[in-house]
Amino acid sequence: MTLTAAHCDGCGVSETQGDHGRCRARRAATDPPRFCTACGRKLVVQVLPVGWTARCVRCGDAGVVAR
Amino acid sequence: MTMTQSDVLDVAREQVLERGEGLREEQVLAVLQLPDEALSDALALAHEVRLRWCGPEVEVEGIVSVKTGGCPEDCHFCSQSGRFETPVRAVRLDIPSLVEAARQTAQTGATEFCIVAAVRGPDERLMAQVRDGIKAIRAAVDINVACSLGILTSEQAQELEDMGVHRYNHNLETARSHFAKVVTTHSWEDRWATLQLVREHGMEVCCGAIIGMGESLAQRAELAAQLAALDPDEVPMNFLDPRPGTPLADLPVVEAPDALRAIAAFRLAMPRTVLRFAGGRELTFGDLGARDGVLGGINAIIVGNYLTTLGRDPQEDLDLLAELSMPVKALSETL
Repeated sequence: MTLTAAHCDGCGVSETQGDHGRCRARRAATDPPRFCTACGRKLVVQVLPVGWTARCVRCGDAGVVAR
Repeated sequence: MTMTQSDVLDVAREQVLERGEGLREEQVLAVLQLPDEALSDALALAHEVRLRWCGPEVEVEGIVSVKTGGCPEDCHFCSQSGRFETPVRAVRLDIPSLVEAARQTAQTGATEFCIVAAVRGPDERLMAQVRDGIKAIRAAVDINVACSLGILTSEQAQELEDMGVHRYNHNLETARSHFAKVVTTHSWEDRWATLQLVREHGMEVCCGAIIGMGESLAQRAELAAQLAALDPDEVPMNFLDPRPGTPLADLPVVEAPDALRAIAAFRLAMPRTVLRFAGGRELTFGDLGARDGVLGGINAIIVGNYLTTLGRDPQEDLDLLAELSMPVKALSETL
């Protein structure tokens, strides 16, 4: 079974609604995730010189990346 | 005297390269208006000027946000303003994480580490956080500490100088004549006053620009002249990254040739300053931009990530500098 994200991590809107091409382009170019893919809430994101952390206040850690 | 496009580079060669005297506003405008065919000549001259008056070294810096989001100001380019519905959520960085960020920055060979906060100006809590953070960094990491905490009082400027802050960043962002279209909660003059305090209290002055916020070429030249009048130690050059939710979200990304003309023009206006590649370069130039910029007047870079967005892999920039035989400035040369 393949799990798919319920929400876009760039804008928080459901993946099944609208076009997320700009969100994906932004994520690929310069952005860490901004929204929780599980619940769609804004993530608490800390960008660091060589990485970033992201946390959803409801769902927990959404990612830790040390480049 | 009106400066024509055709002769501005000849004049600049004698005035800036030979005598070290920066271009005036109308001359800067002529550079900004150069046709694409003349761009490589302008960049080559700017590079010669940089080598002549600054040397081959490149100053490397890392930055980090200790207080992200929730800012009361309305800077229209900024995703950290609490006045706009942007994806950025407020967060503060704890001291151990700040020290680790400084350590990671130093490992890239950087000599500068800038602590940044999204505020109008620092309150007691932030000043205490910065004081504790700088003390912890100094105990663990060999690097110059800079700060960017917004509008300062004279007492705060003195306190930062006492903490050992090497350089203070406060950008003018755009020309005085355009500022009210970009920020309404404080004035260009408020920013200028803080910059004067920074200098009066003995810190190095870092004051930059964001290119591409709807300003005209004449206003770009105006900003270069205003920065030159300030005579800052460093000028970070940012290119607008139109952030979702901000009033400038729908502005186009600056075209690479326009950005390169701005780099060359600002170098020719300020032959001796540290001219730093800062935010937005990844969008404006892509992977080729770093090379064009450092061969066109740039002599400093921010490595790694920015405050809320991601930059290039630091190693890619360091590899490029090595390939171009541009040594990274050592800490001993900055003290």
